[in-house]
Amino acid sequence: MMLDSLHFTPWSALAGGALIGLAASVLVVANGRIAGISGLLGSLLERTESAWGEKALFILGLLAAPLLWVLLHEWPAIEFKTGPLGLIIAGLCVGVGTRYGSGCTSGHGVCGLSRLSTRSIAATLSFMSAGFVTVYILRHALGL
Amino acid sequence: MRKLSAFLAGLLFGIGLLLAGMANPAKVLGFLDIAGVWDPSLALVMFGAIAVAWAPFHWAMKQSTSWLGAPMQLPVSRELDRRLIGGSLLFGVGWGIAGICPGPALVLLPTGHWQAWVFMIAMLTGMLIFKARQARR
Repeated sequence: MMLDSLHFTPWSALAGGALIGLAASVLVVANGRIAGISGLLGSLLERTESAWGEKALFILGLLAAPLLWVLLHEWPAIEFKTGPLGLIIAGLCVGVGTRYGSGCTSGHGVCGLSRLSTRSIAATLSFMSAGFVTVYILRHALGL
Repeated sequence: MRKLSAFLAGLLFGIGLLLAGMANPAKVLGFLDIAGVWDPSLALVMFGAIAVAWAPFHWAMKQSTSWLGAPMQLPVSRELDRRLIGGSLLFGVGWGIAGICPGPALVLLPTGHWQAWVFMIAMLTGMLIFKARQARR
């Protein structure tokens, strides 16, 4: 293993992470809810869902973030490595998988680990390992 | 008030993702590529997030209502079942293909990259497939 010292950004990673932790804390302390993006987004697809407005406003806040960012700053680096077919397959896997798995990086990885939830620890280990293996297969075994 | 706090939490979450570089799929893939030149940034993002969220979540676990009077809705299930593990593995495969998970997918939408829209439409389709299969059970 070689460390990518060119791209490793420890301070902005820690600061950005702290903001994410603060955001999740606000939502649980003020609204009593888990800041799980896949769960919130998935439940917006249900008309009967309680507190639809609150959930929609959290999602709207996420969508507003880049607009606020670009008012004060230039765009951060954004680079896609995947073509249209890969994006479609990836999107389907993420959509189906996070709903069956009851969460994603935010709900399990941040909120669940902060609660020391056994389910979230198991889920996080599962999606992390699957991510490592997938990238290994695509980049190193298949050379894509 | 709860609508305002939810909006502010979403905004803060998105700014955090952008600052951390996690809205950049190439950077996320740089973390997942442990056999390549490894970028450990994502681990520090999670560490920073958990360090801040730890105490508030442990406080919240002992409450029945939130500050703004909403019921505290924390997951109660403790079962490690096939849905949890299988779903999470499938999510990890998708995450490894594109380097995008649901939060960054939303933050990327207004940035004007067509890839973000293709991913979002596919992800919502996946969520609707799940919903349709649930309805049939």
